[in-house]
Amino acid sequence: MSIADPVDDPRRALRAARLAEIKLFTQRFLRNPLGVLGLIIVALLIFVAIFAPLLATHDPYLPQLTKRLSAPSTEFWFGADELGRDIYSRLLYGSRLTLLIVGLVVVTSAPVGLIIGAVSGTVGGWLDAIFMRITDVFLAIPKLLLALAFVAALGPGIVNAALAITLTAWPPYARLARAEALVVRNSDYVNAVRLAGASEWRIIIFHIIPMCLNSVIVRVTFDMAGIILIAAGLGFIGLGAQPPLPEWGAMISTGRKYIFDQWWVATVPGFAIFIVSLGFNLLGDAVRDLLDPHLRQRR
Amino acid sequence: MAATTNRTLRVTYGIGSWLVTVAITLIGLAALTFFIGRVVPIDPVLRIVGEKATQDVYHRVYLELGLDQPLYVQFWRYISGVLRGDFGISFQTTRPVLKDLFDYFPATLELSTLGLIVGVVAGVPMGVAGAYWHEKWPDHLTRVVGLVGYSVPIFWLSLVGLYVFYYRLGWVAGPGQIDVFYNGIVTHVTGSILIDALTQGQFDVFWNAIGHITLPAILLGYYSLAYISRMTRSVMLDQLSREYILTARLKGASELRVVMDHALRNAAIPLVTIIALSYGGLLEGSVLVETIFSWPGIGNYIYQSLFAADMNAVLGGTLLVGAVYVLINSVSDVLYRTLDPRAREGSR
Amino acid sequence: MSNLVEIENLRVSFRQDDGSYNEAVRGVSWSLGREKLGIVGESGSGKSLTGRALLGVLPPYAKMSVDRLSFDGIDLTKASGGLRRSLRGGRMGMILQDPKFSLNPVMTVGKQIVEAIRIGDRRIGGTEARKRALATLEQVHIRDPERVLNLYAHELSGGMGQRVMIAMMVVREPDLLVADEPTSALDVTVRTQVLSILDELVTRRGMGLILISHDLNLVSRFCDRVLVMYAGRVVESLEASRLSEAKHPYTRGLLSCLPTIDGPLDPLPTLSRDASWMAAAP
Repeated sequence: MSIADPVDDPRRALRAARLAEIKLFTQRFLRNPLGVLGLIIVALLIFVAIFAPLLATHDPYLPQLTKRLSAPSTEFWFGADELGRDIYSRLLYGSRLTLLIVGLVVVTSAPVGLIIGAVSGTVGGWLDAIFMRITDVFLAIPKLLLALAFVAALGPGIVNAALAITLTAWPPYARLARAEALVVRNSDYVNAVRLAGASEWRIIIFHIIPMCLNSVIVRVTFDMAGIILIAAGLGFIGLGAQPPLPEWGAMISTGRKYIFDQWWVATVPGFAIFIVSLGFNLLGDAVRDLLDPHLRQRR
Repeated sequence: MAATTNRTLRVTYGIGSWLVTVAITLIGLAALTFFIGRVVPIDPVLRIVGEKATQDVYHRVYLELGLDQPLYVQFWRYISGVLRGDFGISFQTTRPVLKDLFDYFPATLELSTLGLIVGVVAGVPMGVAGAYWHEKWPDHLTRVVGLVGYSVPIFWLSLVGLYVFYYRLGWVAGPGQIDVFYNGIVTHVTGSILIDALTQGQFDVFWNAIGHITLPAILLGYYSLAYISRMTRSVMLDQLSREYILTARLKGASELRVVMDHALRNAAIPLVTIIALSYGGLLEGSVLVETIFSWPGIGNYIYQSLFAADMNAVLGGTLLVGAVYVLINSVSDVLYRTLDPRAREGSR
Repeated sequence: MSNLVEIENLRVSFRQDDGSYNEAVRGVSWSLGREKLGIVGESGSGKSLTGRALLGVLPPYAKMSVDRLSFDGIDLTKASGGLRRSLRGGRMGMILQDPKFSLNPVMTVGKQIVEAIRIGDRRIGGTEARKRALATLEQVHIRDPERVLNLYAHELSGGMGQRVMIAMMVVREPDLLVADEPTSALDVTVRTQVLSILDELVTRRGMGLILISHDLNLVSRFCDRVLVMYAGRVVESLEASRLSEAKHPYTRGLLSCLPTIDGPLDPLPTLSRDASWMAAAP
């Protein structure tokens, strides 16, 4: 077999190769029914969040005390809460809060963790030691407790809750990125770039970080479900979004008093949390099966 | 002769470096809680003296709390206080936080341990079955059960569980550790109602306590089962694909022996770490579960303290749980090294 | 003379992602007496799979079909799982390539060999089994068997680990030994040692040996007969001493690629494959 002819336009070839990869990825993804289900759930969440005003039947903030604690009916599809507000509508608007928290946390924690880990792993030395000690300390406290302590200190509120969760979410990414960086930093092609005169920063940004991306992306999709659960937990304790915001965890908390006779007030929001969390988990599983570089081929 | 001294030196060095790592992590932990405490937007002096205090009183308390000192001095005071067992005074109970914590901790320990036992006894076999019958129905069942387990918010499941099993079906007792009229019959020795009641022969208290602990323990157990079964499955899948398993089969070993004596024995090593990690997760979950079941544990304590804005108590509780978690992980680290013959010799 | 092994039309296939099946072994037939047979081929030729099919340890996602598969007269296709299992450790043994991976990392060598012995006969007690394990270790020329018994797999050198593997597989005195690339993971200097131990054992006990390798030289020097496999088929079958008379172009190509110490100094020829070899009838 002869060596392939040199490519005419390397950039075009690269783009074509990347497109083919994406196509292959999509094909294999679609063959996983559970992953598709997860994707549908997440897409539904986003859809509901965007179109909440159109889909809602009532104003989520308007109390109707005469109708408080109504059972599910044609008027109130999921029943009414202790102030007579429609639970269905509040659920819809609450999805925005859920997405907001997940989005905020992911967008801040993943890049921060990624950069810290990549720098730490590549540079090594005392910088690495210090960063890893700090990471260890953050990892030493269970996430909910740490977030709880932070929010307790900062004061309740949705942004503070997101910030607190971010502070608990970045360490695993740093760990992952550092592990990948350690493997890659002395590989031959990186050394080649070094010899060509590239600065360490350039190496980190263009060569090390792309290698860490796969593991981090897999981990992010996984963590989203966990973030939702922690946010709901904080909301349940009362440290998340404050009333009258229709945060799902807070709704369960207020519904708790009425659990025995008007079970729907607490049950329905929890079910929503469950479904959304399930969706992210399914999606994360499917993405991991496809992307994880450490997964052995078993076929 | 030289070999033995060498070995002793290496082991001592190993223990020493482990101790140092644990100590550093604990100090870092304390630093973190200290830092969180300082972030509080509420003035700690005002909290003690009240809004109507005079400048004088304010100033005195300010100096007493050492707030005029530079940050590192304050930190030093905090750390030395923590090391002496002084976690501050709780605003609610006006008792030292540490004393409060010691009162409440055993109940959490009791519940978490029971939950962990449920999780391991149910989760490990499920994981093994799922790995062995990969892609067949035991695998799917294990994955579904696990998936539900860590997608569901545990406080919600607890509420639903209470509603169904206590209110509707009456199969278990309600919130609280024991029924109110059993209070005070059993003297606190170990701190665990179950053990104390048993050893003191108070069997109806014992059965009552069982009735109360069953539902929360099963719920926590389910929570940890989800994680444990998933990790066990993944570890077993990895081990079952290794060459030494083929060797065992080539020797004519039965499938049972292959799974138990070979695969599981190897899997046990990472499993120890996994189980330790899940214990930490249980401590975390107990914060929410205890509030629902009015369980007199640390979780509940922290929850109540939050509402009283009792930062000392909250931070003290967080510090304690964090320290316990660090200890569990360190112990599992040591166990890992003793169990795995490859790690035993250190540098080889 | 009844043959130790008889295989007729063995086919092994694997399911692909898109549902179709890929045949890795395509109609292989051969037989073996109490002799040393070498199976040579490159990666993907199906040589290892043939050995595994014989012992019944194909991966679970592989499909096998065969017209005739017998060991010492026993029809293996009709044998129960239990019979196959007892044959596998007791009368047929197999050595794998790399003792770093093929030995259980958390059990001592002694425990693993004793396990093999006691699987064979539950009635053998611990002390007796240990004695036999020591004896077998001596037979594979391990010089300090008492010490080695208490070692773990990662504490053994490559050659020693492979000898342990051999000991473990011959301790129940099987009639047949399959060696799947037994020396490929070893240093060149250690290879001859291990091979000579195999030779000694096989000759002394009158066992049949199947040596699977990619190394034509090694196989030709060591074995009585040679099978050459390519793309799942046997393309050549002849006595080792008559290898130079090989007829199939693939074999001839392989032979001409082998460097010789006193050969010409021109660059070695490279193998150019012919598509017809894939379709050739055995």
